[in-house]
Amino acid sequence: MTVTERQQLSYIAAQAADARVNLEIETEGMTLNIGPQHPATHGTLRIVAKLDGEQVVSADPVMGYMHRGYEKLAEVRTYPQVTTLINRIDWLGSFANEVPFILAAERLMEVEAPPRAQWIRTILFELSRIANITLFLGDMAVQVGAITPVFFAFRDREHVLNQIEAATGGRFHPNFDRIGGLKDDLPAGWVAETRQAMRKIRRFCDEIEELVEGNEIFQARTRGIGVIPPDVGLSYGLSGANIRASGVDWDVRRDSPCGLVHDQVDWKVWTHPDGDSFARFWVRLQETREATKIVDQLLDDIPSGPIMAKVPVIIKVPAGEAYVETENPLGVMGYYVVSKGDLNPFRVKIRSASFSNVSITPWLLRGVYVPDIITILGSLYFILGDIDR
Amino acid sequence: MSSTDTADHAADAAGAAADAEAEALLDRARGALGEALVGSHIAAGELWLRVDRESWAGLARWLRDEEGFTFFSFLSAIDWMPSPHGRDMDSTVDNVLDPPEAKEAPPTETGVAGGDTRFQLLARVSDVASGRSLIAKADLPTDDLRAPSWVPTFPGADWHEREAWEMFGIDFDGHPGLRHIYLPGEFEGHPLRKDYPLLARRVKPWPGLVDVELMPEADADGEGGTT
Repeated sequence: MTVTERQQLSYIAAQAADARVNLEIETEGMTLNIGPQHPATHGTLRIVAKLDGEQVVSADPVMGYMHRGYEKLAEVRTYPQVTTLINRIDWLGSFANEVPFILAAERLMEVEAPPRAQWIRTILFELSRIANITLFLGDMAVQVGAITPVFFAFRDREHVLNQIEAATGGRFHPNFDRIGGLKDDLPAGWVAETRQAMRKIRRFCDEIEELVEGNEIFQARTRGIGVIPPDVGLSYGLSGANIRASGVDWDVRRDSPCGLVHDQVDWKVWTHPDGDSFARFWVRLQETREATKIVDQLLDDIPSGPIMAKVPVIIKVPAGEAYVETENPLGVMGYYVVSKGDLNPFRVKIRSASFSNVSITPWLLRGVYVPDIITILGSLYFILGDIDR
Repeated sequence: MSSTDTADHAADAAGAAADAEAEALLDRARGALGEALVGSHIAAGELWLRVDRESWAGLARWLRDEEGFTFFSFLSAIDWMPSPHGRDMDSTVDNVLDPPEAKEAPPTETGVAGGDTRFQLLARVSDVASGRSLIAKADLPTDDLRAPSWVPTFPGADWHEREAWEMFGIDFDGHPGLRHIYLPGEFEGHPLRKDYPLLARRVKPWPGLVDVELMPEADADGEGGTT
């Protein structure tokens, strides 16, 4: 099937669901609560789905079970203290959360991290991406009933987490990025070990490709399911692999780089024309492999020099406003920082990727069958901390 | 993909080109919006546009249809009033048992692209084909906190407007259903307003400023100490 046929099919399904409601056939609809503790929801998301037979008539995500009010809390914390909070937004790729905030503060202070710090930042940024997406690759198979790949994912993610821990001291919450650079330099032997970890991750990608991607059941459950046309995806603010899987060739790392050194290495932005659940899985698989290549090339020539620019001990950020976004594992994440020249930010607006990515679900789940809810949610890939903040 | 030694020049040239592009876009905005455009700002290749409230929805349509900004990034608001609680939020003494004296609030100052009122809408859109972005602002009168909704233009604004409604108390005309999104349905107040106290700080003193005291070897003005 071509992509247009698939789009048509999902459109027809949605129309059929509508028509059935409008006709008010004697059958009573049913409301199905999925979550907040369902394993497919990666946390505490609840989907209230109104069903007609096996088809979804309307789906309404309910969140807030994990709302921690980081935007309010950031207003009463100093700039260095904020990184501790924002680590917990997307907890599988924590270091990546810190980067755009630190870059926004650096832009306001007109400070630039030394080259070595930028390099190591980019490496850790890509390692968080790998640690995060590795789990998705295994988890996506669980959504269609295959249990083994997720154990492979947990096993091989550990290689990356070990490297993050060795460099930063924290497996999940590094809190390592500082305004003007990084907390510490790399430990001895880290580069060689990271290379080894990258080889293991590439082997893991091959394994997933053989086990999952070509699997007949997996294909039947994901191909042509949950098709997102590019213009709809963009108007809902979908970003990251979700929008690249709809054929939109857009990656912030390449198109508007800021503070990170992705432009110094040779890599490719992967897209897929289909926009279905399979495409989203496929793009993430390619991106993981691509990220290992980025890390390998960056490891080749980490510049020498200091890892910290000259910044005051007490950080007061000059008055101004800055918005910096980066291509995080889950999509585009940005911070709009308003400073009034104080120790605390005056206002921090957190643009988290999953919040926008999930906002398409009421549109996307209309007309799909109940078992497909799970694969579609799985393929959109969100972290509840990234929705609720 | 530039090599290392030419990276600096490339970055400078790219910055200048981005500023020129933002200028050109600003000129087109002046032509299209006319009187409705009340403020603008360009910094680091980023363009801020401030429009009056009536043109808020028209701005979204113009950006999407005429200028190709198809990617909706976020929509939120800023409360520009300085917190009446001031620094007592950082106090290490118990403010409930020993309430501090009321202080005169510092004057309200707004940020880039200006502003006349306490509440300001804030939104950002991008053009994924060319990598351009734009930040839009609009002032809202404090006694009538409502604005036209962006949902007809960008369906993704739905949840963002629900969040702004919940956190700031801003009504959006034309929104399909403003309900609580994070907070429980019976929640009172608008937590991101500056006059909404952070109750956790009120009931439990916060020792958090201790770790930014001067290190013993640092100078009095706070310079040095890190390498």
